[in-house]
Amino acid sequence: MKPGFNFFSTTTGIIATGLVFGVLAVLLQQSGNPGNMGICVVCFNRDIAGALGLHRAAVVQYLRPEILGMVLGAFGAALAFGEYKPRGGSAPITRFLLGAIAGIGALVFLGCPWRVILRLAGGDAFALFGLAGLIFGVGIGTVFFRKGFSLGRSQSQGKVSGLILPGIMLALTALYLADPQIAGEAKSGVLFYSLKGPGAQHAPFIFSICAGLAVGFLAQRSRFCTMGALRDVLLFKQWHLALGFLAMLAAALVLNLFFGAFHPGFENQPVAQPDNLWNFLGMTTAGLAFALAGGCPGRQLFMAGEGDNDAAVFALGLLVGTAMAHNFGMASSPASVGPHGIAATLAGLGICLCIGFFNCKRGA
Amino acid sequence: MSTTIDTRGFSCPQPVLMFLNAVKADDHGPFCVLVDNDASLENVSRAARNRGFSVETSAEADGVTRLDISKQ
Repeated sequence: MKPGFNFFSTTTGIIATGLVFGVLAVLLQQSGNPGNMGICVVCFNRDIAGALGLHRAAVVQYLRPEILGMVLGAFGAALAFGEYKPRGGSAPITRFLLGAIAGIGALVFLGCPWRVILRLAGGDAFALFGLAGLIFGVGIGTVFFRKGFSLGRSQSQGKVSGLILPGIMLALTALYLADPQIAGEAKSGVLFYSLKGPGAQHAPFIFSICAGLAVGFLAQRSRFCTMGALRDVLLFKQWHLALGFLAMLAAALVLNLFFGAFHPGFENQPVAQPDNLWNFLGMTTAGLAFALAGGCPGRQLFMAGEGDNDAAVFALGLLVGTAMAHNFGMASSPASVGPHGIAATLAGLGICLCIGFFNCKRGA
Repeated sequence: MSTTIDTRGFSCPQPVLMFLNAVKADDHGPFCVLVDNDASLENVSRAARNRGFSVETSAEADGVTRLDISKQ
């Protein structure tokens, strides 16, 4: 590793990154992605799970190219700047579980922290409760960090191990191109597609994948993390990442105002559920899981692109969690919380508290 | 004699927390922090500079960077 100047790690760099993400997200919405869902790492993993048939909720099936691009963009940036370093072995099964719980909790709220930003920028008042829950969950995580919480050191791994998740993403991109959507058909080759609902709403492939690649590249360079943004403020009053978070919010808000897509209030918000207690607690559970795993779902994808096997395991846990959320009635619908959403949120929170408690070691 | 803080194998926030805990015990240093990824390098350097320390980096073997952190 050569210590060199990295523009994106400066204050200007992280703000520029946040602004670009806000703009890209709103442009993706304007080009066809669902409302306030230009980029949502959890929702898009849920859609990918649907496209692959891991769950069969007909309205959320689409192999989102943004996610594929985010991993591959980060992989490219890591290779280009000498930061591709396969590492792993820091509590992989715990991270898998945290990924699954994060996905389930976020689908009770209906969005990851990226979508909290975009829902706020669209005027969705329910997202205020999601944001509060996220801050609370990350706050609980910082208490564990102060008590010496750690999932242990990672070790260097073989060069090939870091290629596995980018390789899967590349293979999925090839699959998307081999089995493209056929108008009016719910299946093309092995892939499932939605005929209605959020899964049927998407920007053109080329824009989605390019936006994903750009996001992955910039996020790898800038270390953009929506969970870290809150954690660093709460843990050591460091506002660096928070400036990226706020810049993304500001850019998306301004662009939504420009497009007339800012609709403040509780009425007619796209892909939002009305029970605010569970909006809050769903994101508390997800926020705590992200904090204990050391990154928001986006950051996990970017670290996986750098060769971090543990982050890749978290990402696969997230994919499985989002599939289970729909298979077992834990995900919310726009009408209400799912039949098992409350139990899942509380169980997930309990499991995260145990993971936090049992991995604390003073002075670690 | 500087206090050595080995953060290899950890990703943030641990390296920054380990550094801040060391500062709590001895607010003048100097400290020698070993990091093995660029994100930790940037984060520890930022935390140190924000607290009035100067930071010098030098590359070591196996992708490790050594940060020599002291009060100016």
